[in-house]
Amino acid sequence: MNEWVFFINNVMVAGSVSGSIYAIGAVGVTLIFSIMRFAHFAHADMMTFGAFMVLLLTTTFPAAGASIGIPTALIMLPLAMVLTAALAVGIDKVFYKPLRAHGVKPIVMVIGSLGVTLILQGLIRLFAGTSGQSLYVDDRKEIFRLALPFDGVRVPVVITEPQIYLFVITLVAVVALHLFLNRSRLGKAMRAMSDNPELAQASGINTNVIVAVTWVIAGGLAAIAGTLLSLDVTFKPDLSFFLLLPIFAAAIVGGVGHPYGAIAGGFVVGFAESLAVFNWNILLRPFRDSFPAWLDLPTNLAFVSTEYKIVVPFFILVAILIWRPTGLFKGKVI
Amino acid sequence: MTPIIDVQQVNKAFGGLRVINDGSIQVTKGSITGMIGPNGAGKSTLFNLIAGALTPDSGRVLLDGEDITALSANARFHKGLLRTFQIAHEFSHMSALENLMMVPSHQPGENLFTTWFKPRLVREHDAKVRRRALEVIDFIGLYHVRNELAGNLSGGQKKLLELGRTMMTDAKVVLLDEIAAGVNRTLLGDLIGNIERLNQEMGYTFLVIEHDMDMIARLCDPVIVLAQGSVMMEGNIDDVQNNPEVIEAYFGGSAA
Repeated sequence: MNEWVFFINNVMVAGSVSGSIYAIGAVGVTLIFSIMRFAHFAHADMMTFGAFMVLLLTTTFPAAGASIGIPTALIMLPLAMVLTAALAVGIDKVFYKPLRAHGVKPIVMVIGSLGVTLILQGLIRLFAGTSGQSLYVDDRKEIFRLALPFDGVRVPVVITEPQIYLFVITLVAVVALHLFLNRSRLGKAMRAMSDNPELAQASGINTNVIVAVTWVIAGGLAAIAGTLLSLDVTFKPDLSFFLLLPIFAAAIVGGVGHPYGAIAGGFVVGFAESLAVFNWNILLRPFRDSFPAWLDLPTNLAFVSTEYKIVVPFFILVAILIWRPTGLFKGKVI
Repeated sequence: MTPIIDVQQVNKAFGGLRVINDGSIQVTKGSITGMIGPNGAGKSTLFNLIAGALTPDSGRVLLDGEDITALSANARFHKGLLRTFQIAHEFSHMSALENLMMVPSHQPGENLFTTWFKPRLVREHDAKVRRRALEVIDFIGLYHVRNELAGNLSGGQKKLLELGRTMMTDAKVVLLDEIAAGVNRTLLGDLIGNIERLNQEMGYTFLVIEHDMDMIARLCDPVIVLAQGSVMMEGNIDDVQNNPEVIEAYFGGSAA
């Protein structure tokens, strides 16, 4: 039984944590693609920017959360979402809009977004420094150890406070996005524009407004993903940047342009990573006595070691591109 | 009387190719004006200039006396200038009914504030739009396929859906770009009937690009002939069909 608790902790919990973060990040990437038809590489740094805003606000008002009983960083999250959304709209106005107005090819937009990545990374390093900083400034990070009510189970299931917030907020964000896209006229107008921009214009849909709304949603979601990631680990200026590959893998696995696909893709990549680095020898341990004597299993039976975790999304990406290039869900249109 | 559409000395070039050359046309309010011309005469470009999908290099476009040259396509839509596309456009991932429901102007849900804070207002409006969409889809004879994804409709049905879109809101002028192409004869009769009804009962003005001379003859007066980017002549269908210059432009003189 203890072995299975290890499995829950290292695969189920860890997979859900990274899956949630990839999912929220990938939804933003996929929405931007479906409306503007380019891969937005600066997305990870918009995540970092959101977390940085939370860090700034939290260090300015460290005691704000204590009175309500939730971490200050979470109280500051809505404000950081607004600031990141404003940044996203601003970046679009300054960098991407002039390119669109010239009718450039998507690859030019992609390279433009690489430039934005460099700018954002430089600026964040300039103001935040390069070291890791905890978003728990004045609060204590609670760690819950849930003992399972079975005989002989000594190992508890471990979940931290930010992980619980992560699951709850991911669920809320996904439901809110679903309602927005399917119930509100603005959401439907977004779907219409991703389907046929020319007809959307001729139907009186203001495509400039839709583009701005897309950036607001993508920026808000990026702030959520970046902040929850930094709460779980620590704030570092390059933390989110290293998630760029898994996030793009998640978006492509799900079918680019398809928000539900991006969510599914996020969890596929997250669980694949945690399954790949899990030491399967642990699960075999109870049966060791019944193994034949000549069978000498190595102590580490993981598919890849933790340092090479990044190859997992890469392999998934290659596999999907070979066998199902449109993604799990057929992509392109919201 | 001011013409409802007044295109004044418009020029448009793509690279070195001058597609519209000092083009000037007027469309009288309440008319069904036809526009014909050989391939490459600039009909569709002129349409795109009027609808706002393209901006002219020089010249002006007036709607009911108001200069709309600088307005975007969606702003022109809200002024009552609607269009259909030569190759039928549809929101392929929405049902036929939803396609129509995307259209109406001045929707309260278009605004972030009302979306989140006045859901009742949005719901009431949605119900109204839905009723209108059901009427329209019945009118254009697509009621039986209303819940099918628009991408799965036949070419002719998509054309009807294009016409349906223009009926969802109070239009002043509707630009029809080869609405009859690919539509079978029976449907075509319905289509012509519908256009005449909209013209007479709702007061729509139509500007029609068409290759089908039958349809032009039944529907349009006056007819504008475009050739090589400028207006060659304008008159009723008999004048146009008997004009040697027009025959020359269409058949290279061999049919004269």
